[in-house]
Amino acid sequence: MRRAPSARGLLGQNLVPLLFAALCIAGIVAARDAIALEILAGDIVTRLGRNLFLVLSLIVPVVAGMGLNFGIVIGAMCGQVGLILVENAGWSGLGALGAAMLFSIPLSLVFGGLTGRLLNRAKGKEMITGMILAFFANGVYQMIFLLLTGPVIPLHNQKILLDDGIGLANTIDLAGTAGKLDHLLRISFLGGRIQFPLATFLLIALLCLGLRWYLRTRSGQQLRTVGQDMHVAEISGIGVDRVRMRAILISTVLGGIGQILWLTSTGMGTMNTYSSHEQVGPYAIAAILVGGATVTHATIWHAILGTLLFHTLFVVAPLAGQAVFGAVQIGEYFREFVAYAVIGVTLALHAWKSRRG
Amino acid sequence: MSNPALVLRGIRKSYYGNVVLQGVDLEVRAGEIHALVGENGAGKSTLMNILFGMPVIHETGGFEGTIELGGTPVVPATPSDAMAHGVGMVHQEFMLLPGFTVAENIKLAREPSKPNVASRVLGPWGRGLESLDLKRMKQESRAALDRIGMSLDEWRPVAGLPVGHMQFVEIAREVDKENARLLVFDEPTAVLTESEAEELLATMKALAGQGIAILFITHRLDEVLAVADRITVLRDGAVAGRVDRADATVEKIAELMIGRALPERNLPPRPEGRTPGVALHLQNLVVEMPGEEVRGVDLDVQEGEILGVAGLAGQGKLGIANGVLGLFPATGTVETSGSPLPLGDTLGVLKRSVAFVSEDRRQVGLLLDESIETNIAGTAAHVQGRFLKGSGPFALLDKSAIRAHAERMIEEFDIRCQGPTQAVRRLSGGNQQKVCLARAFTLEPSLLFVSEPTRGVDVGAKDRVLQLLVQVNRERGTTIVLTSSELAELRQVSDRIAVVSEGRIQGILPPDAPDVEFGLLFAGGTAAGRGGDAVPQDSVSARLDGDAVGRRDPGEGS
Amino acid sequence: MNALALLKRLGLTRTVLAAFLLGLWVLSATASSLDMTILISDCLVRTGMNGILVLALVPAVRAGVGLNFGLPLGMVCGLIGMVTVMDLAGRTMPLELGQAYGMGLQFGLLVSAMVLGALLGMIAGWLYSRLLEAVKGQEMMVGIYVGFGSVAGASILWLLFPAKNPELIWPLGGVGLRNTLVLDGYFQHLLDRFGSFTFGNGFFPTGVLVLWVLACAVLWLFFRTRIGAALAAAGANPRFAAASGIDVRSMRSLGVVLSTALAAIGIVVFSQSYGFVQLYKAPLLMAFPTVAALLIGGASVRNAKISHVLIGTFLFQSVLTTSLPLVNDLIAQHGGAKALANVPEIARLIISNGIILYALTRKES
Repeated sequence: MRRAPSARGLLGQNLVPLLFAALCIAGIVAARDAIALEILAGDIVTRLGRNLFLVLSLIVPVVAGMGLNFGIVIGAMCGQVGLILVENAGWSGLGALGAAMLFSIPLSLVFGGLTGRLLNRAKGKEMITGMILAFFANGVYQMIFLLLTGPVIPLHNQKILLDDGIGLANTIDLAGTAGKLDHLLRISFLGGRIQFPLATFLLIALLCLGLRWYLRTRSGQQLRTVGQDMHVAEISGIGVDRVRMRAILISTVLGGIGQILWLTSTGMGTMNTYSSHEQVGPYAIAAILVGGATVTHATIWHAILGTLLFHTLFVVAPLAGQAVFGAVQIGEYFREFVAYAVIGVTLALHAWKSRRG
Repeated sequence: MSNPALVLRGIRKSYYGNVVLQGVDLEVRAGEIHALVGENGAGKSTLMNILFGMPVIHETGGFEGTIELGGTPVVPATPSDAMAHGVGMVHQEFMLLPGFTVAENIKLAREPSKPNVASRVLGPWGRGLESLDLKRMKQESRAALDRIGMSLDEWRPVAGLPVGHMQFVEIAREVDKENARLLVFDEPTAVLTESEAEELLATMKALAGQGIAILFITHRLDEVLAVADRITVLRDGAVAGRVDRADATVEKIAELMIGRALPERNLPPRPEGRTPGVALHLQNLVVEMPGEEVRGVDLDVQEGEILGVAGLAGQGKLGIANGVLGLFPATGTVETSGSPLPLGDTLGVLKRSVAFVSEDRRQVGLLLDESIETNIAGTAAHVQGRFLKGSGPFALLDKSAIRAHAERMIEEFDIRCQGPTQAVRRLSGGNQQKVCLARAFTLEPSLLFVSEPTRGVDVGAKDRVLQLLVQVNRERGTTIVLTSSELAELRQVSDRIAVVSEGRIQGILPPDAPDVEFGLLFAGGTAAGRGGDAVPQDSVSARLDGDAVGRRDPGEGS
Repeated sequence: MNALALLKRLGLTRTVLAAFLLGLWVLSATASSLDMTILISDCLVRTGMNGILVLALVPAVRAGVGLNFGLPLGMVCGLIGMVTVMDLAGRTMPLELGQAYGMGLQFGLLVSAMVLGALLGMIAGWLYSRLLEAVKGQEMMVGIYVGFGSVAGASILWLLFPAKNPELIWPLGGVGLRNTLVLDGYFQHLLDRFGSFTFGNGFFPTGVLVLWVLACAVLWLFFRTRIGAALAAAGANPRFAAASGIDVRSMRSLGVVLSTALAAIGIVVFSQSYGFVQLYKAPLLMAFPTVAALLIGGASVRNAKISHVLIGTFLFQSVLTTSLPLVNDLIAQHGGAKALANVPEIARLIISNGIILYALTRKES
């Protein structure tokens, strides 16, 4: 269905991932003494399982022409509320994990719906509005869990409250749910140095298939139509606002589930009640962009490749910084700079291209 | 063959008390090509907006009269409503998605689909989740393309198709609709090359032969004569006449389009003893103003005259002034009073004693949220360094001099306002226009371009605006190039009237020339006497460029 | 109806916040053990401290670029100015522990830091304006990431900065500059104390407020010059400006350059009041409350006046300055959960982001 791309076009389109691959390889070479390759591979497999679902949740709004969904943070908050509810009930195990996801869905629908309404009012400014909305929602979230939880919203489980009974504790131990999915069907390679969480990846594969399927339904086609040209869609009798709302709802729900997977992945297991959600948006967005996605075009492969590269850089940058400059922080600031730069450059390119029509 | 596909009876419509359609009757038979012609503002767009149930109609109080489609009375409330009754539109600008394939575009929002597990489980709510039936999409698109004789690969992306093919994809989409009964072609040949246009006309005939009714809106009278079975001419919101093809000539249609009583010219005399000379000399001026391209204008404007520039919308008459002022990219030779004017350097032009009142009063002509005095004096301060204390970029504005000047202008121009500090946004259209003129006159130009000075201005203020132009022309000897869509007002005040069509000046007429001569020039330069047998050669190259861009604004009458 | 019209004239957000501030002050005066003179003194200091940063937004808005979320770019320039000046001072005339430079020298250092920062800000601002010209329509979003990126990029600079002044670098083998540089002995509170007088237990920070009002006045006058009026016209209606012979691109550039240079000066003023130079991530999110202050003053994405700066900075900073000690005092006196101490921070998040959201989604004619 697409024209055969030329070699130069292919290079141009994949410039960002190629550049990142080069950076990652340079980083791996620089840090070769600090980390064994199979340890690195194991780490990255774990991180891929942890983050990929969240990154995939960004695709639908891009297809609908709403750009990168900085409001995904709101889905992440809903996911955390799901976990808080499960912890409050004192449940544990795989069932508790599933329950947390189930609880998060209605919340995501409500708050995703509010997000969608706001973004429909801010057409053409969806990204900045989503970003500020995320900051704003963070304030509301803190108000609810820091001030109202305890006195106004009674909790069953006193252990997750602060000492004096008002406000949730700053960290909540997710021992009951953490690692449960990863450990369900685990395959070991290289004598256990690489642990492949099959169940988690099956869930991610299911999402990928689901997304592919959805984009080829009538509803998905409407999404693509709106994404290309709202005016033409409207003239063709498509309810543009409804379709955009649908895109945000899907993204928010997936974001909530993705956040739960992130927090309960092997090696995580602790929720920073008031900050775990904050960095979710920028990092997931940087990841999908590193894979070659743009403001108007994102696919499953962009998400997979991007998450892989981004996390590789994330792991090796501090080690490389230590090896080359003798300072871990240089690597840390560098990866942060890179995350901001990749988003900034993508946004700038998008604006530049759309201006030239 | 003769049962009507569309019958309009007594269609009346007004926008905010301003009547734009005053009882239009129209009948289009199945299998007939019916041409609808008229000047801008004659009411064609409003009529089509009503037929399509566009929101702009219902937001402004609906319309009067009845519409019948295939014998059933219909009140189209939305575009999809109209579509459901078998009305299709081939737009002047393409309603295509470049990222989609031809087939996807033909089937846009009407994709065939088949149920799957998810959609079955959800029952009546699951229709949106049905899988696309790509095979049927391909087959049905193929059939629609075949029906209009296009051998285009249905899986090709639309991006990169030649303009002419895009038009055919649009037609295929309309034809593919099961109940397609009436197709409206809105200026379809505007963006096509000549051979593409011929192909299109042939396709229109073929479609009519299949029993589809076609309503053909155009200003190209040669095309009308080539394909239309019947012709309806609209003028000032009413039917000016109906002609069968057998009786139609270009002259007859042109006269029907223009036909107005010559307005009374009651102008003050010019002072004696002016030396004539050329105030403005244009040679091969080409201006890339989207939607108003100028494609090579040669023109001499005499010192001290008022030259009217007339023409239909989109033909390039507005581009001339914008190009000379350097607001859009232009090439060619421009001389004022014998010395060349730099192109693209607005500041340089303004410094040469040239001033401009833009056709787009709100977007270009004014700083809406600034005060009247800032609007009047700002340009003079920037260009001529007047109303300043001191000199250089950091010279302070002389607020008291500006105030005094603004007060004088308010009185002289009779600007109805609360005072010089009132924001311009709050003024009526007529008073806003007077502020624009006041700003231009403040520059004390020797050559003044004024475009569409009476657009959106109420009747009383209209006369005052024209009177001011005549006054400055007579008293100060200012040369004026007056561009307007209203031929009547040009005939009222101009010394000569140049008619622009297809981006060129088709002829210059005295204001009292007969209607038919104006009509012929308006319709694309089939100049008087030559009859309606040929499109002039230069319009071929004009068509090659593909110009109709950026006109999404419905409601020409508003 | 009349009351409504009056409210509209005064501006809804301004009125609400002013009433809120008044309420806080009444509460402080009656129910708390806080010293009102100290409280008001703090409010004034905070206002002067942030004033020039808020003012820095105005040229960009007036030039039509929108809210300049890229403010941290200018702040980083100001930080470089201060760090350079402090390092040079420390190298050439080292201070003994507890010593301070003389008044004249302190002024010299402060002004040098401002000038150096402003110069760097002009260069950076010019480059930034080239970028914004290319991304017209997405200036604010790109600006946010220019801000973020410059903070992260500067962090690497701080790590590699070749400083020799021991007060700037980690004492024992650490890499790069310290997180927080103490301005004691350099120009700590220099402007705050200049010409200040006491009332009750508080003081009136004459110097910093005079500087702020002076800067406001200069900008106010600037918009009344030929070039300033051209800049405002280019921002209000670029097509009008072009038709009046104004070079719109240059004017937009000028607005961004002024904004960035003022941000550099603003962070120097901020730091002298604060008493510390904060490096690394400190400026990351500083643009948001700054923008919020301007919007609270009555500005919008397309229009900002000097009066909006004056009113907005005072109201917003005073509410923040008052609420924190007030809440803490009330908790201490009447008991209450520790969590309540977060009320001011939560209120800041909701108010500042709420007002930005409102500005982004309101329909402007």
